[in-house]
Amino acid sequence: MPRIKVKRTSTVTDMTAMCDVASLLLTFFILTATARQPEPLAVSTPSSTYEFKVPVENNAILTIGQGKVFFEVAGTKVRAKTLELMGEQYKISFTPIEIQRFSNIGSFGVPIQSLKSLIAMNGGDRMKPGVQPGIPSDSTDNQLNAWVLNARKATKEINNQDMRISIKGDAKEEYPVVKKIIDVLQKQSVNKFLLVTNSEAKKK
Amino acid sequence: MAELNTGGKKATPRVDMTPMVDLMFLLVTFFILTTVISTPQAMDIAKPDKNEKLPENRLELKASKTMTILLGKNNKVAWYMGVAGESAPTIESGSQIEDAIVKNRKTADASGVAGDFVVLVKPTSGSTFQNFVDIMDELEILKVKVRQIDDDNILDNEKQFMKEKGIL
Repeated sequence: MPRIKVKRTSTVTDMTAMCDVASLLLTFFILTATARQPEPLAVSTPSSTYEFKVPVENNAILTIGQGKVFFEVAGTKVRAKTLELMGEQYKISFTPIEIQRFSNIGSFGVPIQSLKSLIAMNGGDRMKPGVQPGIPSDSTDNQLNAWVLNARKATKEINNQDMRISIKGDAKEEYPVVKKIIDVLQKQSVNKFLLVTNSEAKKK
Repeated sequence: MAELNTGGKKATPRVDMTPMVDLMFLLVTFFILTTVISTPQAMDIAKPDKNEKLPENRLELKASKTMTILLGKNNKVAWYMGVAGESAPTIESGSQIEDAIVKNRKTADASGVAGDFVVLVKPTSGSTFQNFVDIMDELEILKVKVRQIDDDNILDNEKQFMKEKGIL
């Protein structure tokens, strides 16, 4: 009696196709990626159903959390110009290398007097807690006012557009802190703001 | 003499791709996670101009069509219609304000007085940023067209009422 032959198939599958797909996806993501900037002041924004995208250009973001305020203006050229204007105002001269390095820093929160040492630090050290105490916004030394004003000037000069101001506040932040910042802006006759929020599904 | 086994069965040059695929997917995952997939959303708000010299900055409101919402501590709100002190405010939790707004709007629209239904939002020192965003969002959802933010003129009787109720 002939024995039944069981054909043994190997369990090795051809991975080439899978590899192709994976590398295709990888290439796509590398090319489209804009790496998320690490933020020195982490905030969790409240959620809302608004569907208005935060503009990528001509925009300054004020991050408010833990009673501190951090500042960021969009665009490397605008940042460089803003620093130049700030330097003129506070009589601090920044070297071209410092300006170039500053234009790559996103959100920051130090008084202008210690900005030079912040620029000299490497990226990792800047993110350490306690390094950045926030931008002074008291009436005696209102540097936030100067930053916003100079950023508006710089945006106008370089992009010839009005700068929008976005406020990225922590959900748990007490309102008076936010009000203090808004009052600074209203002194400059900026009455329209964008409040950065997480998107939330619309209620039906 | 021993022959070199060159001819005959040719071994296919197969490379094991499994580790390579593993690595690829690891990188893909990394890039997906670090990419900013969507820019964050924003809420567009406008505050009244503080320049009191301009006469057009003063806005007259109809008492029967104005609802004032005070934002207090612990996600509580107090609201009243019309002039402060004339009608007792109602305390509600922030998430239930929706019904009150809808009801008041209906009453105001039925009153026959000309003008829009206005909601005046007054965030007090007890409220958080979240409360403020929530109420503005609620007004947007309910399509309340005229809304004003006022955090400077919190009246004394409003403060006193809120203190009595323990939400300031």
